[in-house]
Amino acid sequence: MQAALTLDLAPIARADRWRPAELAFWLIPVAAYFIFPDNLVLLTQIAITALFCLSLDLILGYAGIVSLGHAAFFGLGAYAAGLLAAHGYGDPLLGLVAAALVTAVLGYVTSFLVLRGADLTRLMVTLGVAMMLYEIANKLTHITGGVDGLQGMEVLPVLGQFEFDLYGKTAYWYAIAVLFALFCVARKLVHSPFGLSLKGVRLNVGRMPAIGAPVNARLSAVYTIGAAYAGIAGALLAQTTQFVALDVLAFNRSAELLLILVLGGSGSLYGALLGTIVFMSAHHMLSDLNPQYWQFWLGALLVVIVLFARDGVMGGLRGGQRRLGAALGRTKQ
Amino acid sequence: MTVIFDGIASGMLLFLISVGLSVTLGLMNFVNLAHGAFAMLGGYVCVTLLNRAGVPFLATLPIAALATALVGVALERTLYRRLYAASHLDQVLFSIGLVFMSIAGAHYFFGAQQQPMVLPEFLQGQINLPGLDIGVYRLFLVVLSLAIAYGLNRLVRGTRFGAQLRASVDNPRAARGVGINVERIFTLTFALGTALAGLGGALGVEMLGLDPSFPVKYIVYFLIVVAVGGSGNIMGSLVASLILGVVDVAGKYYVPQIGAFVIYAVMVVMLIFRPQGLFGRRAAR
Amino acid sequence: MTSYALQTRNLVKKFGGFIATNDVTLNVEAGARHALIGPNGAGKTTLINLLTGFLEPTSGEVILNGDTVTHLAQHQRVKRGLARTFQINRLFADLTVLESVTMAVNERIGIGARFWRPVGAYAEAVDEAASLLSTLRLLDLAHEKTRNLAYGKQRLIEIALALAMKPGVLLLDEPAAGVPTSESRELFETIAALPRDVTILLIEHDMDLVFRFADCISVLVSGALLTGGTPDEIANNPKVKEVYLGEAISV
Ligand SMILES: Nc1ncnc2c1ncn2[C@@H]1O[C@H](COP(=O)(O)OP(=O)(O)OP(=O)(O)O)[C@@H](O)[C@H]1O
Ligand SMILES: [Mg+2]
Repeated sequence: MQAALTLDLAPIARADRWRPAELAFWLIPVAAYFIFPDNLVLLTQIAITALFCLSLDLILGYAGIVSLGHAAFFGLGAYAAGLLAAHGYGDPLLGLVAAALVTAVLGYVTSFLVLRGADLTRLMVTLGVAMMLYEIANKLTHITGGVDGLQGMEVLPVLGQFEFDLYGKTAYWYAIAVLFALFCVARKLVHSPFGLSLKGVRLNVGRMPAIGAPVNARLSAVYTIGAAYAGIAGALLAQTTQFVALDVLAFNRSAELLLILVLGGSGSLYGALLGTIVFMSAHHMLSDLNPQYWQFWLGALLVVIVLFARDGVMGGLRGGQRRLGAALGRTKQ
Repeated sequence: MTVIFDGIASGMLLFLISVGLSVTLGLMNFVNLAHGAFAMLGGYVCVTLLNRAGVPFLATLPIAALATALVGVALERTLYRRLYAASHLDQVLFSIGLVFMSIAGAHYFFGAQQQPMVLPEFLQGQINLPGLDIGVYRLFLVVLSLAIAYGLNRLVRGTRFGAQLRASVDNPRAARGVGINVERIFTLTFALGTALAGLGGALGVEMLGLDPSFPVKYIVYFLIVVAVGGSGNIMGSLVASLILGVVDVAGKYYVPQIGAFVIYAVMVVMLIFRPQGLFGRRAAR
Repeated sequence: MTSYALQTRNLVKKFGGFIATNDVTLNVEAGARHALIGPNGAGKTTLINLLTGFLEPTSGEVILNGDTVTHLAQHQRVKRGLARTFQINRLFADLTVLESVTMAVNERIGIGARFWRPVGAYAEAVDEAASLLSTLRLLDLAHEKTRNLAYGKQRLIEIALALAMKPGVLLLDEPAAGVPTSESRELFETIAALPRDVTILLIEHDMDLVFRFADCISVLVSGALLTGGTPDEIANNPKVKEVYLGEAISV
């Protein structure tokens, strides 16, 4: 006890306080609504992808589980919510809950497959699971609509109050609200002892059992949570577009998501959000020019990030902040 | 029977393309998802020479392999080399980047359409035996693949180069210590892997088709071969390719409604029970 | 009757055809200061790995406080009071010293999976971590990232993580490896000051330290136990002199 008194515990005790920069960040979606009233569909997509990216960040950025098939959960969630709405259960929140449950179950079950191997095996198993789901959805045309997509969804008003409108206003606020709520939960998670132990696993998986931590149980848990988050993101996409295309399960979606996460900087919740904003905005502006150019520069960007800027946007920001801080410190003296 | 033979032929083709990946992934421990992009390049070199310059088909094959190897070496020297020590995730991201660039490049130069391919007379047609129709080209593939499998196995298991390669992979520092030029060995191996991809890509145009989506469309198959065969294991790759080819062709023929599902399922199950692959040695972890 | 904290029976570990642990039957008394010595590559680390469950033995048994734990997972053995340090640091480079030790304490007191309240809200864990750091005179580095610490300090964190388990049996694998002599004295004072009821199995190459510290020594050669006994017996054992100690210990 004596010892604790002499140590300033503030850094660990206040680690989870909301910082002003964070509050400012969350004004962006509000501002965007007023600045780009004609682009609400795009903004909604950004919010949904941000949630999807957040889910990958939890499992990859925090716990270090590599995945080439995260779209499996996104797609399953989309179909779960889509099918419910197409069969008369159109309440959006019900859809979200159902999607979360179904994907959590899949996540929990597959976590045992994924956790068995090393990185390479994990990449292949996650990829394989996603491809299997893709094939199932592709072949079960009478249920999923196959390549034509799932049609006939009827999504009821959110909370029985807010009807989905043509301009996408409701869709936008709905997606933002869900994103924000789940972000807050994720934020709690990463600052908790559980979150700390995930970082421990990522930083040195070999040490964790030696300090008494059941590594696989932790990884299973976070994989399940990540799956549920991805499922909810997929459900949001289905509900806000009233349609589920087969490509919700595609390999490209998983690969692109990895790119977004490393672009933003994995292992930081805001990295996932910033990466999505930067990526989707760039996509929107550049792909109008020519889709092929876009893909080329995307590839080039990925190569450059891996070779030269592994910490992503967040790393850049942090570096900038440090340098700024150092500069200010110097001027003060 | 004919179905089985077709399966064997397509398995052989799969082997030709993926054995290059088995070499880079298994022997150099680099997860090169851009392997399909090298195969695609070989394919485009082949059809361009064939259709625009009138080069005979058999002559296009070595050129395709060589051209692909040259590009491979250039990339290895400038980019891949920096990532040998990086995490598998970084290697995956990097090579996905290359895939995206190659797809865009193929679109730009060749357009989105399938490339036409006319085989020379003597490779067309069929040999009809009772109960078995053998396509001449398929027979050609089988023979060529077996020859290459044999040669490769000799190269890796039975030559100085093979021994040096294995030493370089096991312990680069020690290998350098005994005077092996590890950089050169890796470059040569990478060249070999990409040359095989290019050759396979050229040979595959007729059966697999060729369009800009090629690198993504087939990468899963290549990975499955490597995973099931045990990476770095040439005979393992051959057997895995054959199984995969037969299962794939037979599956599509007899139970089309299941499609590719079985293959993915087999891969996942395989990876879970034998992470080292069917023929991989159990490494002490 | 003496009670044993840790025992092995006919423990064997093979790596392919190579026998790294060869039929080792070892008894460590409760409360002992037991040293395990042997030339490089003798299989000392491998033995520790078998004791902790880091490796599965090819055959034989591991017994902790009278219970067979041969097939228990590592973290479950830790729960029963068996902690270790690693010969080569296995630390959490990007966590601060306090975070690392708090994480270890969290696991011991069973709150490692709590996911709602922040780490800082569990004051009992943070306080315990801080007081452990103060015992090890690391308090001033509490908020430093582990990667920024001098090597000698990192070796101390290695020990702190093990001590956070409040172990009944502590396995130390060359705790002073790579630490300059001046600092290694201090490090050993810390170890010597641990409460007597903690059983310690120490691997160490510095014979001065071993003979000063241990009340029992086992000698491992080529994976097999050559002999065991009190420091005097070992010092005067001709076999030991021959294979291992050479002239170094003719004091
Ligand atoms: N995972 C493994 N696979 C194969 N061989 C191994 C493995 N681990 C250890 N060995 C071998 O077992 C033998 C014993 O190694 P160990 O690390 O236990 O020795 P040690 O007594 O701790 O040596 P040192 O004093 O150098 O730390 C060595 O020859 C080593 O090469
Ligand atoms: Mg050792």
